[in-house]
Amino acid sequence: MSVTGPRLQPTIFERSRPGRGGGKIPHPPAGALDRIPADARRATRPALPEMNEPDVVRHYVNLSQLNFAVDTGFYPLGSCTMKFNPKLNEWAARLRGFAELHPMVPDEAAQGTLQVLWELEEALAEISGMAAVTLQPAAGAQGELTGILMIRAYHRERGDADRTEVLVPDSSHGTNPATASMAGYTTITIPSAPDGGVDVDAFRAALGPRTAAVMITNPSTLGLFEARIGELLDAVHDVGALAYMDGANLNAILGRFRPGEAGFDVMHFNVHKTFSTPHGGGGPGAGPVGAREHLLPYLPTPRILRADDGTYRLERAAERPSSIGRMRSFIGNTGVLVRAYAYIRAHGAAGLREVSDDAVLAANYLKHRLAGTFDLPYDRPCKHEFVASASSIKQATGIRTLDIAKRLIDFGFHPPTIYFPLTVDEGMLIEPTETESLETIDAFADALIAIAEEAATDPQVIRDAPHSAPVRRLDEATAARQPNLRWRPMAGAETPCPD
Amino acid sequence: MPYGPHTDDDRTRMLTALGLSSVDELFDDIPEALRAFPLDLPPPEPEQELAARLRSLAARNRTDLVSFLGAGVYRHWSPPAVDQLLLRGEWYTAYTPYQPEVSQGTLQSIYEYQSLMAELLDMDIVSASHYDGAAATAEAALMTCRATRRDRVLISRGVHPHYRDTVATYFKGGLELDEIPLVTDGEAAGTTDMAALEAMLADTDRPVAGVVAANPDFLGLLEPMPRIAGLAHDAGALFVAVVEPVSLAVLAPPGSYGADIAAGEGQPLGIAPQYGGPYLGILASTEALVRQIPGRLVGMTRDLDGQRAFVMTLRAREQDIRRDKAASNICTNQALLALAASIYLATIGPHGLRDVAAIGAARAAELESALAGVGIRRLHPGPYLNEFAVEVPRALAVHRRLLGAGFLAGLALAEAEPADPTLADALLVCATEVTTSDEIARFARAIADAVAETAGVAGGTRR
Repeated sequence: MSVTGPRLQPTIFERSRPGRGGGKIPHPPAGALDRIPADARRATRPALPEMNEPDVVRHYVNLSQLNFAVDTGFYPLGSCTMKFNPKLNEWAARLRGFAELHPMVPDEAAQGTLQVLWELEEALAEISGMAAVTLQPAAGAQGELTGILMIRAYHRERGDADRTEVLVPDSSHGTNPATASMAGYTTITIPSAPDGGVDVDAFRAALGPRTAAVMITNPSTLGLFEARIGELLDAVHDVGALAYMDGANLNAILGRFRPGEAGFDVMHFNVHKTFSTPHGGGGPGAGPVGAREHLLPYLPTPRILRADDGTYRLERAAERPSSIGRMRSFIGNTGVLVRAYAYIRAHGAAGLREVSDDAVLAANYLKHRLAGTFDLPYDRPCKHEFVASASSIKQATGIRTLDIAKRLIDFGFHPPTIYFPLTVDEGMLIEPTETESLETIDAFADALIAIAEEAATDPQVIRDAPHSAPVRRLDEATAARQPNLRWRPMAGAETPCPD
Repeated sequence: MPYGPHTDDDRTRMLTALGLSSVDELFDDIPEALRAFPLDLPPPEPEQELAARLRSLAARNRTDLVSFLGAGVYRHWSPPAVDQLLLRGEWYTAYTPYQPEVSQGTLQSIYEYQSLMAELLDMDIVSASHYDGAAATAEAALMTCRATRRDRVLISRGVHPHYRDTVATYFKGGLELDEIPLVTDGEAAGTTDMAALEAMLADTDRPVAGVVAANPDFLGLLEPMPRIAGLAHDAGALFVAVVEPVSLAVLAPPGSYGADIAAGEGQPLGIAPQYGGPYLGILASTEALVRQIPGRLVGMTRDLDGQRAFVMTLRAREQDIRRDKAASNICTNQALLALAASIYLATIGPHGLRDVAAIGAARAAELESALAGVGIRRLHPGPYLNEFAVEVPRALAVHRRLLGAGFLAGLALAEAEPADPTLADALLVCATEVTTSDEIARFARAIADAVAETAGVAGGTRR
């Protein structure tokens, strides 16, 4: 179906035929449920689809082919670090010893996994210059919440309860202010300076005895290293506040800058960005958190402890009374963390530094290729990503960044992140990563330049793009106005199955 | 670098284009005093050696044990089709479907997941996924506070202790969480104390936003969910049901007893235990709460040509749009695990799912009677599905001894609930469709031996 014929697929509900399927599970003995009281039992059966395995396989294979993915092409989605996902790591996470291990087994039955996790914590602490790391948070945003709750606990335990504000630059990820709100804080937004960095004067003016924390992404979401970071961190600490680093952009600075050493108090890592674990169509990720010495009492429980004899164990509940507690059911997204561990072992120190060097070199090269065609609001060396803007193109031709993004699809590329950060007009945040070849990067630059020319000569073809995707642009307004969020069986309607 | 494409010539070409002689110049903006020294990490390892290391680390884990451990994570047969389909790069190397035209696979699969879960839960709105059962429960509790503009939630001690801890952590931003005790004796022992709940709800000075209870509860017992829902609603509170999805093939779904929100762990739907994750946080609500539910939602719509298509929708709830006013900070979720659960459900079908639940119930009954045959009896009299607590003298020592004999004797409840004296000498055991009659028979003999062998050891058996 994917090579010829229609590409869109019926839903599994439309594919269902009563009586299909079976053969997977033995039949239960008669009366197996008789001991369950009638009023506790399900009265009506769920209308789940009935399919045979070949239909299921075809459905999901055909659906998969409607996706763009790192494995199918260049995916320069800024801020997301869509690098190659090594296949060894998929194999490793599926080893029976890792995959089949129950999270509540006694520690002595989990020594292999505990060793992997402990060594990964050590490696992340070394990479970040932090004193210790927890692997518990399930994603970057949960890491942020972990870090901010630790900061909250730190202030409270010192009797410093009047701090109610968290400072966040206007170019930050939306997760930063949302996290501050979840932790019970008020967000104060700090404007950016014309050079893309934090406006130091506005920053200093906002700092005070009510400041609990500042959240800084470094390199920033504009792909720029915050050159005055030392000065900013000193100002934070001078008023008794703590500094959180959003580590989303760590891929630019491996072996070059250690946030803990520079004065950040706590940070998260996105292993699905920096350490190559796959993004899974929207997750799972993992968002370990590193902290400096003074915040270690507040790390979530349980931590992984190593005894002198080389055995590992999980900390017991009451062992560290100042802990913020548990962030999730169990110790972490272990299956993801095994992959990150393999990635770090495969690279070593020199390899990780080369990752950042190549990522930064590729981004600067691509930026250079686009100079003169697109606006580059911050004309200084970028880190692993940069913002280009179609502002001039829009003024001249009416073609917007959204249109250009859709047209890129026709050229075989995934669009960059668009309209983020919110501070750049018609912005596109482009992150090539270190695993894309020079040929790919050149081809992408050529495509963007060709589209910019098209904007002048044939704008309609861009406005109507994409032309080659399975669907054209979508009616998002109706989707929001009349939400259809689940399949409803239509009585008596027999939907034809296309294959 | 093992996965990089650049030759020295490529790097030189890029540097030349930039007018640079070394990549170091691109890092000049890092203040000199803050530049890192070379990292102290183990040397890079060739793939072949790394594979051997990983294999040997994995082998150090004891996955050979005969297991009766559940406690929120359950072993089930997952048809190989599930994992083989998950290994397609088009699924696992894509990201959040921000560009719907090139993400219809992920978008349709999430819409189908929402629909499958809506059927199973008998709820209208299902989010595209949360981190795990505990985080979904915490988000559910936060939802009740936003929706009612109250700031106190009651959670039954029958909810998994790790979930209770997680909700307590999420509430540290200034919300109140109180625990509803369990009945200590009689027919309802081990389930939520309804009289206590009623008294807690009656405190009009501290109005309650939501009541959270689990079915089956942590001890495997069936809770009076319709009555808990009724009491919550009478007090103007919302009711959150924490459920286990496989059980819903045979047990009443949350929608049928008036739950406003359902949360749960989707791991039993074909997902490997993996020492704690990645799992699948299930979160669902009534239509009335659609603008309060956090996380991605995918809706059906049409493209410019009128073709049916799918798109992320109601985005004004989300952090990248609303920033500090968002319903939650969640961004990356567990899409691949939602896909796994969908493929699992599609592959085994509604009859298969019912059989999984029913065989689990049958095996558990067999386990109950085999244990009773050696004098090990249930701790609570109430009905259960496939997991229950048994009274075992010197439970911690017995559990430990059985580990040496190759058995994972469920969970020693004294470790999970140290504050509850009624659970000091008890094991929580479960059976599923993968538990065999032979394993049950051998386990009953082994536990009898272990009880006898530990009888002579006085004290000092606690770990």
